[in-house]
Amino acid sequence: MSTETVPTIVVAYSADEFGRAALRQAAEEARHRGARLVVVNATRGDALVDRRFAADDEVVALEQQLTGEGLEVDVRHEVVRDVADAVVEVATQEHAALLVVGVRHRTPVGKVLLGSVAQRVILDAPCPVLSVKPPR
Amino acid sequence: MELLLEGFQTALTPTNLLFAVLGVMLGTAVGVLPGIGPAMTVALLLPVTYNVSPSSAIILFAGIYYGGMYGGSTTSILLNTPGESSSVITAIEGNKMAKAGRASQALATAAIGSFVAGTIGTILLVLLAPSVAEVVVKLGAPSYFAIMLVALAAVTLVLGASKLRGMIALFLGLTVGLVGTQTGQARMTFDQPLLADGIDIVVVAVAIFAIGEALWVAAHLRRRPLDIIPVGQPWMSRSDLRRSWGPWLRGTAYGFPFGALPAGGAEVPTFLSYATERKLTKHPEEFGHGAIEGVAGPEAANNASAAGTLVPLLAIGLPTTATAAVILLAMQSYGIQPGPQLFDNEPELVWGLLASLFIANTLLLVINLPMAPLWAKLLQIPRPYLYAGILFFASLGAYSVNFQAFDLALLLGFGVLGLAMRRFGIPVLPLIIGVILGPRLEEQLTQALALSQGEVSTLWSEPVAVLCYLLVAVGLVGSILAGVRRRRGGDGDDDGGPHYPNRPHAGAEAMEVG
Repeated sequence: MSTETVPTIVVAYSADEFGRAALRQAAEEARHRGARLVVVNATRGDALVDRRFAADDEVVALEQQLTGEGLEVDVRHEVVRDVADAVVEVATQEHAALLVVGVRHRTPVGKVLLGSVAQRVILDAPCPVLSVKPPR
Repeated sequence: MELLLEGFQTALTPTNLLFAVLGVMLGTAVGVLPGIGPAMTVALLLPVTYNVSPSSAIILFAGIYYGGMYGGSTTSILLNTPGESSSVITAIEGNKMAKAGRASQALATAAIGSFVAGTIGTILLVLLAPSVAEVVVKLGAPSYFAIMLVALAAVTLVLGASKLRGMIALFLGLTVGLVGTQTGQARMTFDQPLLADGIDIVVVAVAIFAIGEALWVAAHLRRRPLDIIPVGQPWMSRSDLRRSWGPWLRGTAYGFPFGALPAGGAEVPTFLSYATERKLTKHPEEFGHGAIEGVAGPEAANNASAAGTLVPLLAIGLPTTATAAVILLAMQSYGIQPGPQLFDNEPELVWGLLASLFIANTLLLVINLPMAPLWAKLLQIPRPYLYAGILFFASLGAYSVNFQAFDLALLLGFGVLGLAMRRFGIPVLPLIIGVILGPRLEEQLTQALALSQGEVSTLWSEPVAVLCYLLVAVGLVGSILAGVRRRRGGDGDDDGGPHYPNRPHAGAEAMEVG
């Protein structure tokens, strides 16, 4: 198993402060453990505009920055049926040692209407999950 | 003038003012959302407004119509995707401006230009429509028949690149209009008592606009989200203003007459305005990289054309755009016969409507200038939520027309037809105009022949009628010649330009048809 040699850390990235906080923490962890980093940025693609889905140049910039810091990075930037399922699936496939997500406050109503990707990732993940809040 | 003041009295009652506000809000919202236009919205709201007074409903619809023209530009500029077909040209320069960090100026010139053009257009409408009605009222049935023929031919031949597809849509529409026993004999009722009253046009309109679009979107549900350009408050500097007012006025001059012509629509004048500004500009190097003139002109043109469209609608009862067609339908469902007598029979309604157009225009400027970023947020609504709502309203509306479950079956059937038309690039407008004008065409023909006791020559007994037939003949010959020349020369005027997320065929419509 590849996990024996180089562990993999998967991070669910969204193009906002929560995603950035998660990514920062994940990069930190990856450096500590000498792990490979897999960044997942996905969208359901059912709205004309999804701000959490990063622009192409942003992804390229991220990749360059992280590689520049000496990390081995793999970015998954795609349209999927369900974002939470996609993140969990990547973590399973990669035999991830750790999964990092950004979390936020959700009102009960917001949860009913929009669901919570983070919550489902935390509950369904095949590995330990590190949840991160942006600094206040 | 006195009549217009009375109109303001009608339009400024709290209820009607509320409907005007509601109308412009809804209009802007649907204008911002690509694929959902004012025509669909008015069709969906038709059954809902049955218990509202006619003037309030018409004021609501006019607000939606004007609002759609404003909203479309926001999407064009920020997303490079036209919210409405009338804003296609705006995307060319508007999005380049936004990418260069001048989104606020682009939005400002679009909103203010729309206001200027809308106001001038509405003034022209107030001045022109009554005098056109006075002339038209003297015409006999043969002339009406001929004028409607011109409208049908123009909508089919002028709009859209493919005449064949236009014809297919037109004859589909005319065929649907035939169903029923209104003429005494049963036509295409298939011995179905439910079809004896004919197919309700509201059901057809809702199905083609709403169900067809919803099915089309469902078939293309997942696609990569587009990059939106963040924007603050729209504003413009003095030099922007200096560069904008010329295009605003010239755009208005293009837009209004084209709107008033049958088959004018907003697409042709916006394109002409763009071409003109490109030629006249003092900053030719900026064109293609975000020239403010290229936003100001077309945006003024599309609003002026919306005002122009109302001239034939109110004065002759002739719809020239999809939205005008549905508004006409609304009037008919209230038992109001649009046409030259409208100004005499329903002065309160007509002048209230005209006054409310001025109010709607002002409201639109007020809500669009400061709130553009807010409207852009609508684009983040996931499609399933949006279209579930549309399907719900569509079914509710179709059912409430006659309280017949059969209408729901019709709705689905025509919805599938609407999907097929989108798939094969067949324009929707000729079908809707065909369904609406078909029965009226027949009525005028019967009336003319009854008066002449079956003498066919009565059809060309009036000068206006002869002129109309000549126009149709010239149009037919011209389009055939153009077709022949195109096949030989093979000119391609596809400039790429803005892309359509929902309409991959729209750009490809220019392809030749055997």
